[in-house]
Amino acid sequence: MRTVLFLVQKEFLQIFRNRTMLPLLIFMPVVQTLLLSFAANYEIKNLSLGIIDHDLSPASLRLVNKFSSSGYFQVKYAGFSRAEADKELAADRVDLIIEIQADFERALVREGHANIAINANAINASKAGIAMGYATGIVQDFRRELPGLGLAPPGTNPGGIQVSYSNWYNPELNYKYFMVPGILGEIISLIICFLTALNIVREREMGTIDQLNVTPLQKWQFILGKLLPFWMLSQVMLALGLTVGYLVFHIPMEGSLLMVFGFSLLFAPCMLGLGFLISNFADTQQQAMLTAWFFLVVFILMCGLFTPVESMPLWAQRANWLNPVQYFVSFMRMVLMKGATFADVRGHFASVLAYGLVVNGLAVWTYRKRS
Amino acid sequence: MNFRRLQSFFHKEFLHILRDRRTLLILFGMPLAQVLLFGFVLSNEIKDTNIAVLDQSKDVESIALTNKLASSGYFHVALTLQSADHLEPAFRSGKIKMAVVFPPQFGKQLTHEGSAALQIIGDASDPNTATTLIQYAQGIVFNYGRQRASSQASAGPTIAVQTRMQYNPEQKAVFTFVPGVITLILMLVSAMMTSITIAREKELGTMEVLLVSPLQPLEIILGKTSPYLLLSLLSTVVVIVLSMTIFGMPMRGSVLLLALECILYTFVALSLGIFISTRANDQMGAMFMSALGLLMPTMLLSGFIFPRESMPWALQVIGYAIPATWFNPIVKGVMIKGIGLEVLWPQTMVLLGMAMFFLVLSLRNFKDKLA
Repeated sequence: MRTVLFLVQKEFLQIFRNRTMLPLLIFMPVVQTLLLSFAANYEIKNLSLGIIDHDLSPASLRLVNKFSSSGYFQVKYAGFSRAEADKELAADRVDLIIEIQADFERALVREGHANIAINANAINASKAGIAMGYATGIVQDFRRELPGLGLAPPGTNPGGIQVSYSNWYNPELNYKYFMVPGILGEIISLIICFLTALNIVREREMGTIDQLNVTPLQKWQFILGKLLPFWMLSQVMLALGLTVGYLVFHIPMEGSLLMVFGFSLLFAPCMLGLGFLISNFADTQQQAMLTAWFFLVVFILMCGLFTPVESMPLWAQRANWLNPVQYFVSFMRMVLMKGATFADVRGHFASVLAYGLVVNGLAVWTYRKRS
Repeated sequence: MNFRRLQSFFHKEFLHILRDRRTLLILFGMPLAQVLLFGFVLSNEIKDTNIAVLDQSKDVESIALTNKLASSGYFHVALTLQSADHLEPAFRSGKIKMAVVFPPQFGKQLTHEGSAALQIIGDASDPNTATTLIQYAQGIVFNYGRQRASSQASAGPTIAVQTRMQYNPEQKAVFTFVPGVITLILMLVSAMMTSITIAREKELGTMEVLLVSPLQPLEIILGKTSPYLLLSLLSTVVVIVLSMTIFGMPMRGSVLLLALECILYTFVALSLGIFISTRANDQMGAMFMSALGLLMPTMLLSGFIFPRESMPWALQVIGYAIPATWFNPIVKGVMIKGIGLEVLWPQTMVLLGMAMFFLVLSLRNFKDKLA
């Protein structure tokens, strides 16, 4: 056991003396959390609108006004030419075009039915979907106002069902509360996996691993010595990240922080072991980095940070069981935002424990004192 | 410039790269994996989302409406709750993402008074999903209410909205991601790999050997960058062909224009790679600088995944300095919208400017620091 402590001491010395690595370890989580959290915003606002109003009646003007005062849209083009509006759409100067027919008001009053055409730039499908949702919502709101505008007989009851909705856990729909916990989980996973893989391969590339191999050092001592420093550092990074998250973004901390640190203690071996496993199969730092990068990109894309896990096809959701980052992200969100208890997340604990054991077992098994 | 010398240097570099099978595999595999992920796995589509229903009236109307929600394909009634106390634990455990609450006497109010109230609760820990779920539910409820109310005389005028998703009628997520993946590959292979290659020679000490050889600095740079230029273009072609054949991504514009723009962007990336290699002392440094300074911003701030309009002003400004921000609309424009230089000339000019600026800067740096 003393041997392991010596190794850990050596590792820490190397880390702190390395002028590139140390600032990286401190700054990367902080900078990335800040950068990613500010950039990662799926809130769709500031949409540019193009209006083609052939009617210019009080009704159509009222409708256009509803759009521009909704807070979601800004009118960037108003004209009569379809061709011009299409050009604006092609040049990305507007996101949406609304065309109102020439006898809009008359059709509403006389025939009780009118048409509106909305064209959205759907290259970014989800953005277009949300934009379209807002737009149709505004139109329906307008329809409900018609009796008040004198465009429909008073006392008409649009009838139907009044829906009142509420948003739990995040009433202001603050996207950062959703992103920051997940981002924190993702960044820590990324850093410790990378650094572990690179650390071991670096020794191999420079030849110092041979020196370790000819000592009486046992396999398990070597492995522990390599994993422990980053294990401890991951807790420090988590604390740092949570502090930044709280101070800068005021993220909710509903659940037990003790449980959060406990989980991350259990979770770190998953990514450390993965890094280790990768290092066993890489000859150069470049290979290790690219392999780790490959896996991490797949894991991060599928972890639920950018798109919901529930929207993935069923087979992909099952494959996601092999994605450790997904457990961490989901855990952080459930505990920090909803105040989940241990009973709610015991599945996460179990999965992460099992994953850690398997990955590290594999890493130890495939580690050969080869050259 | 001696071409025979250059040729033998080229040959050496190519051999280096081709003999590193693992790296090649990943350099080609990563963009493939990303495109496949974006095409088949990642989406924002809402389907079979688990919801809870708290039906306090349990009459014909409430049951009919619940059935309508359940058969829409968007929702799956995972829990039927008996009391409002069960709502919180259900949300907290992550079992449901939305709850529909019918008040008592729902049916009676709807049939006798023509309107009734309904409550929908969304799990806003995921704000976008919650908003979309509530929007969908509202739509279904609204339609149902209108059907019931139209049996009554005065329903008021209706407005029909004809929606059209331009450029991407099937709303495939792939359309917005493939151009971004291309910017990422080109940056990864051209910039990162180039910087690592040159940094490796520095780290292993073989750069000195190169410099005392008859090779001119310019020849060294050409020899180091050309293989990666070719590799990245090849990778891009593979990605484009794949996305066209498997995902039906269109190529509505000029292939020649796209090829030229890709080469232009690659030049920018290459010169950035050279620049980084002059600043980094070892491979790890080069890798981290490329990752943090190039790849991260390209992924996050260029509008690849997150819309730039939603970002805080400071990040939008930084985004202007990133080549990918200008290249993205070019790819989308040429492939998906079918436009040409007449619309894209501003972006092309910016890229030209960046290419020249960084080329001169890096060459100057290389000569000063290394030669």
